[in-house]
Amino acid sequence: MSIGPDSELRPLLSFHLPAAAAEHKAAAPATVAAPRIELRSSKINKYLDLGFRYSLLLCSLSVIAVMGLFFYELTSRSKLSIARFGFGFFVGDTWDPVAGDFGALPFIYGTLVSSLLALLLAVPLAVGVAVYVTELCPRVFRGVIAFTVELLAAIPSVIYGLWGIFVLVPLLHNVVQPWLSRCLGWTGMFAGPAYGIGMLAAGIILAIMIIPIIASITREVLVAVPQSQREAVLALGATRWEMVRMAVLRNARAGIMGGIILGLGRAIGETMAVTMLIGNRPEIAKSLFAPGYTMASVIANEFSEATDDLYLSALVEIGLVLLIVTVVVNACARLLVWSVTHGYSARNNA
Amino acid sequence: MPSLSRPLSLGRRLRNLCFMGLCALAAILVLAPLGAIFGYLVYKGTGSINWAFLTHTPRPVGEAGGGMANAIVGSMIVLGIGSMIGVPLGIGSGIYMAEFGGSRYVNVVRFTADVLNGVPSIVVGIAVYALVVLPQQHFSALSGGVALGIMMIPTIARTTEEMLLMVPNTIREAALGLGIPQWRATLQVTLRTASKGVITGAMLAFARVAGETAPLLFTAFGNQFWSLKPDQPIAALPIQIFAYAISPFDEWHRQAWAGALILIVLIVVAVAAVRVVTSRGNMVNNA
Repeated sequence: MSIGPDSELRPLLSFHLPAAAAEHKAAAPATVAAPRIELRSSKINKYLDLGFRYSLLLCSLSVIAVMGLFFYELTSRSKLSIARFGFGFFVGDTWDPVAGDFGALPFIYGTLVSSLLALLLAVPLAVGVAVYVTELCPRVFRGVIAFTVELLAAIPSVIYGLWGIFVLVPLLHNVVQPWLSRCLGWTGMFAGPAYGIGMLAAGIILAIMIIPIIASITREVLVAVPQSQREAVLALGATRWEMVRMAVLRNARAGIMGGIILGLGRAIGETMAVTMLIGNRPEIAKSLFAPGYTMASVIANEFSEATDDLYLSALVEIGLVLLIVTVVVNACARLLVWSVTHGYSARNNA
Repeated sequence: MPSLSRPLSLGRRLRNLCFMGLCALAAILVLAPLGAIFGYLVYKGTGSINWAFLTHTPRPVGEAGGGMANAIVGSMIVLGIGSMIGVPLGIGSGIYMAEFGGSRYVNVVRFTADVLNGVPSIVVGIAVYALVVLPQQHFSALSGGVALGIMMIPTIARTTEEMLLMVPNTIREAALGLGIPQWRATLQVTLRTASKGVITGAMLAFARVAGETAPLLFTAFGNQFWSLKPDQPIAALPIQIFAYAISPFDEWHRQAWAGALILIVLIVVAVAAVRVVTSRGNMVNNA
């Protein structure tokens, strides 16, 4: 909702000073109140107000300018690769800097698989935590758990990576992967040598990293569900689970979806932790134990080593793809979340 | 009314219990890694931190000792440059969105800020590389600061806007009614009323970018030596941790853990300090 003092105050103040206000309305609607009190400084204040407004406008323009510059720079720096490979860039599966042959398919595959794996693990846990915090847990713990989950979001990516290398990977290598390959090895998804490092490790660390995002947005959306909905369902004799399913989750599903997509956006762009854990090998393997490579991590690893123009431009093109994908994903998610929380919070405030 | 007092069927009761158990289990499973990460970090970090770590620059491989003093100072410099760019621009656009809102332009800015917030940090790194490093011909602390500053803008802008929108309209009307010009009313009344929230938002943005590694990889670049010059490559804590973590040397792993602990402490202290300062300021105002 817009709160503009000028828009609401103008009729009120101009009532007192019709002539002066009308004169100023055209030049600077913001200074309506000024002339009445300090006639001498009114002109200075008029310019100050204008200056103030335009400098703020410039600040806000910077947001749009930054976005525009990102697109411009990445597009212009990747021209060489776009012209050379065209659409074949996205379906080619060889990445050979020496021969100058670049195809991004292994990275696209790695990004997709690791992100989807992360979502698969994170979504049930994040939604479960959000439901637990808003609907089930004793009021005393509510703030504590919510705060602790937010704390997970404050840990830098590189520290997740560090922890992943020295705690998660040995754990996977020694315990989880042998067990998985014994039980589920026949599916082909858990086959091959267990290095510890690989797609599975990247997926798990990504899941831990995106849980706070999905959980906090889901919590926001669940809180926005009107209390009367819960009471209505409970009054009909529903159990708690039925209440959550029918009244809460059903009302909040668009917002939860938005949170999940936002988490996906973060997982797609996440760089450091994945770079440290995924194994960095540009291959497409069916097994989750095998090492892979993602779009973000190939940039992180090879950008400062890229010597010739084509190599650099191919890496920038991957960055451009990453930018476009995350912008689209985030735009969708924001629209979904807005459609839910804005509708309700506006109604609650009224 | 016999139907109302009929007991719940066993299936419904079981399903209810099952679901509540699963939700509680989810909470435990989410909190477990947090405990594991923090516990291990403190355990490994405290064992590796010593005075030399805080006061020395890195030694060559094989030599014991050395530390990350240059990286700690470097991080501070890069973050300082970033804050000088990100905080004013972020707060400025936040004020504009809140006080001159309602137009389509403001909706576009708000939406762009939200989307910009989701742009991967590595993409910010490439863009700043193209924008600052290439014209300058070499990596520099300045370009690292620009990258971090850009990442701070959307977060600060959105929190500033939200905090300003919570200021009651009557306060604005009272200020304007006294004949105060709008720029003063906004800065000295509205913004001041919301200052606590705005500062907290800025601090959260600071904490978020303090641990960013990806945008610094090809901007600040890292440096093994002591450097304070803003136009030269500079060491930064996250880059150093990354480089040491993927190295094959035990001594460097140890230092990576120490660095990680310092980084987390830096972030937590920054956030906590602001909490304390803002709450104390409030008490003074009340007294």
